[in-house]
Amino acid sequence: MLFAKHQTGLVFFPAFDWAISPTHPEREERLLYTQDQIMEEGILDIDGIHELKAEVVEIADVQRVHFCVPDPWKVMTESHFISAGGAKTTGKAVMNRSIERGFALVRPPGHHAMRVVHGGRGFCNVNNEAIMIEYLRRTYGIRRVAVIDTDCHHGDGTQDIYWHDRDTLFISIHQDGRTLYPGSGMADEAGGPNAYGTTLNIPLPPYTSQEGFIHVIQEAVLPILEEFKPELVVNSAGQDNHFTDPLTNMNFCAQGYARMTSLLKPDIAVLEGGYSIEGALPYVNVGIILALAGIDFRYVCEPDYNPDSLRQTKEITADVKIACQRALKTWKNREAMREKLIGNKKVDERRCNIFYDTDGIYENQFESLQLCADCSGALKIDSRADTGAHVLAVHIPTNACPRCIDIANQWYESANLKKFDAIYLQDRPEDAYRIRKK
Amino acid sequence: MIIGLDVGGTHTDVVLLSQDGLENRSKVLTDTGDLFSTIVTAIERITENVDPRQIHHTVLSTTLTTNAIVEGKLSPAGMIVTSGPGLHPDNFSTGDHYHPVSGAMDHSGREIQAVDENQVRQAAEKMRTDGIEHVGVVGKFSTRNPEHEMKISRLIEPEFAKVFPGHRTSGNFSFPRRIATTYLNAAIYPIHKQFFEAVRDSLTEKGITAPIYILKADGGTMDFNTSIDFPGQSILSGPAASVMGSVAFAEDPAETIVLDIGGTTTDMAVLINRVPVLVPHGIEINQFKTHIRALHTRSVGLGGDSAVRIQNGELVIGPDRKGPAMAYGGSDPTPTDALFVLGRVDGGDAKNARKGIQQIADQMGASAEEAARQIFDRTCRLILEQADEMVRAINSKPVYTVREALEGHQIKPGHLLVLGGPAPHFEEHFRSISDYNVSRVPQWDVANAIGTALSRTTCEVTLFVDTYRCRAIAPEEDFSESVNPRITAAEARAMAHELLMKKALREGAETDDLETDVLEELEFNMIRNFQLIGRNIRIKMQVRPGLKHDLQEIARMIHNG
Ligand SMILES: [Zn+2]
Ligand SMILES: [Zn+2]
Ligand SMILES: [Zn+2]
Repeated sequence: MLFAKHQTGLVFFPAFDWAISPTHPEREERLLYTQDQIMEEGILDIDGIHELKAEVVEIADVQRVHFCVPDPWKVMTESHFISAGGAKTTGKAVMNRSIERGFALVRPPGHHAMRVVHGGRGFCNVNNEAIMIEYLRRTYGIRRVAVIDTDCHHGDGTQDIYWHDRDTLFISIHQDGRTLYPGSGMADEAGGPNAYGTTLNIPLPPYTSQEGFIHVIQEAVLPILEEFKPELVVNSAGQDNHFTDPLTNMNFCAQGYARMTSLLKPDIAVLEGGYSIEGALPYVNVGIILALAGIDFRYVCEPDYNPDSLRQTKEITADVKIACQRALKTWKNREAMREKLIGNKKVDERRCNIFYDTDGIYENQFESLQLCADCSGALKIDSRADTGAHVLAVHIPTNACPRCIDIANQWYESANLKKFDAIYLQDRPEDAYRIRKK
Repeated sequence: MIIGLDVGGTHTDVVLLSQDGLENRSKVLTDTGDLFSTIVTAIERITENVDPRQIHHTVLSTTLTTNAIVEGKLSPAGMIVTSGPGLHPDNFSTGDHYHPVSGAMDHSGREIQAVDENQVRQAAEKMRTDGIEHVGVVGKFSTRNPEHEMKISRLIEPEFAKVFPGHRTSGNFSFPRRIATTYLNAAIYPIHKQFFEAVRDSLTEKGITAPIYILKADGGTMDFNTSIDFPGQSILSGPAASVMGSVAFAEDPAETIVLDIGGTTTDMAVLINRVPVLVPHGIEINQFKTHIRALHTRSVGLGGDSAVRIQNGELVIGPDRKGPAMAYGGSDPTPTDALFVLGRVDGGDAKNARKGIQQIADQMGASAEEAARQIFDRTCRLILEQADEMVRAINSKPVYTVREALEGHQIKPGHLLVLGGPAPHFEEHFRSISDYNVSRVPQWDVANAIGTALSRTTCEVTLFVDTYRCRAIAPEEDFSESVNPRITAAEARAMAHELLMKKALREGAETDDLETDVLEELEFNMIRNFQLIGRNIRIKMQVRPGLKHDLQEIARMIHNG
């Protein structure tokens, strides 16, 4: 009899009534054939596989992560609330031990959504994984979380949210940003001074195939996870590394995705991109589900799968090795680098220009971080968008020390309201979100 | 006049209905070893002094196929399956004579691997030498394109008594359920066919030549010929009989729990505004998960004849039945005996009943009356606990009724409707120990047979339209037609409706009873390379299970009478 070695929960939210535009890759039809395939394989009837119903996230869940400008209702549709809710449902079920592993097959995706949200970028408005993780941290008291982003695009949103958080290990594996949206995710992007090295980027050359991806997991990701010792491993399971994906240039396959999942053993997987809706997604998702559940996935393959035509060149193999070595080196030297970057400085400042390609918005950020040996540091973001919006966002991290709490509160109270449309305070120790407005 | 007959585990109930209401009713003991004689005897009794030409039709609900499956008495049946990539087809083996062969379709019904005719011939030859006569043919995604199943069927048909193509059983997804459903149809076919042909011949001999219908697990009926091709639809029709006998007496709007209290078991179901709740995907029986649509029922081992004992100092009731109550010559005390001691029932051997209850009372250190009170009270409370458990189980998944899917709905029944032999005694006590509004179905002890007689003929049709390929297919109907790429959803719905009407009339429905529902309607734009290339339309329609239109009046008359 067929049964799951690991009790596995699945949440479907295919958002059959939501699209960015009628012919956009992120459209109603995207998960249709995937759902057909999963139903036809009879996966939900397998002993040990459970279908869970997506809940709707609450505003507080969103505001624990994001500063939505002007407010969450303006940047989110009902589908966004349920898609993030699907991730939350999955996370809760894992933490309650009603399942061992879970997979949220939801859309819209989220990994390009950053801490401040003026609109949609890379088809994402809010970050499903981060909303789930911060809910789980708040509710179940977990601290150390790893997010492994295996979408073909750099998970720049998740990177932004956890840039200063040394309790979250974020590793993104993606097609080299010099050849693909959003262009970031270079090996030297490794986190802010307080959390250097818990952000790691492993950019891969175009046409990397199964061999390369498995190498990255075995030689870089697993050893780092072993050392980081997360309480929870989350996989941003994008499927656009597939050889048939219309937006990217990789040579990954369903067998490879299943194998990768069985090595990574994530507690929770959350669907991200993947736009080969007929040729890839049905097979990749079945492979991932079987791998999570510990069921034989050897016979899952795409109709036009030919491993010989997908082999990577020697040059690619060499490049992949180098990318892994760089990540390992960054990881090993993280403590020393933190000391060096902090030095005698009290505050670290950076400017970012962010483009919301989906909504055509430009944003300028000026960020100030309190450098601190005891916590992730108080954070202040002055954000101005070409929509005319100008806000100040103050963040007190969950692990904040008393000094950083004082500083952040002072920033929030003393900011000049004449300068901003709104001043937000995300107070994580108090689990509160406060707003000062004209 | 209509004959309705329901075979139960202990009794077989039969009624004769006319425009004036319930003409006659009868109960005979079920002989599980000889259901044929049981049925013939029951029909003889009910038609005594009746002109057979006045019988308009007969509806039967039997435990024949259910028992065959539960007792493992299936006939050997062969299977040829085409799977293609995915889970290995051996995971879904039906036992011996199961033959996966090459051939595959993708999710949109495109061939990805041709059928290997040599493998098919080899499998057929092996099955022939094994003495197989009935073969199921099932392909993954055959509901999107049945071509492979049809090709294999054509190849092997000359060599076997009957071939069962999987795409005819249901328009729903799930290859494993299609395999199980098709296999069950093939494996109970000979038993079902032989039995019902004998019943038909026997009725013909008595001059009853009116059509015979068989009750299905979803509370609808099918005509004799349809039942021969799809005997699996008759599995678990028993609980449906009592539910259909109750619908006319449930409250609307309200949510009702139906409790059919029998000798061995109590069968439970839920009605939402008089519409029965369905199991989400299909019947699960033994190791088989099927596509066979069925009412959501729960059967618990608690009834009037449940064995009562003291175990580790605790009063235990059921789940087994050792025989009839001691009041009726049984050997073990039962809740019915408790009712004798409490003076609520008579007409049996009250002394023997008391003797049984006294044994329990001695172990409890109580009087016989006190023991009887506790036995009866405990039985009622256990039944209500199980009913709560059923409601919880229904609420843990999306709720489907025979009419629609109720997304996110949580049922909270406030009405309890009881039927079955001991119903009057239980009714009163349920009222005193719960907050339910409790009532009893009129003619409670034959309501199941009345439900059987009054049920409509029902069926379903699933239509897939792919405007890019200019094709509409309805797999269950072996329908495939080219369509104009500009076809609208409304036109597709009209097409599905026409197919449904044809099917319903062919399977014995009457034109008055063709109330239909759209169970599912989805339309997707198909975009390739940023261009709209077509639309994917999916429609599922049904003739709604319910009481025959002209007979709702009868149900009311039975109520008043
Ligand atoms: Zn990535
Ligand atoms: Zn992507
Ligand atoms: Zn600090």
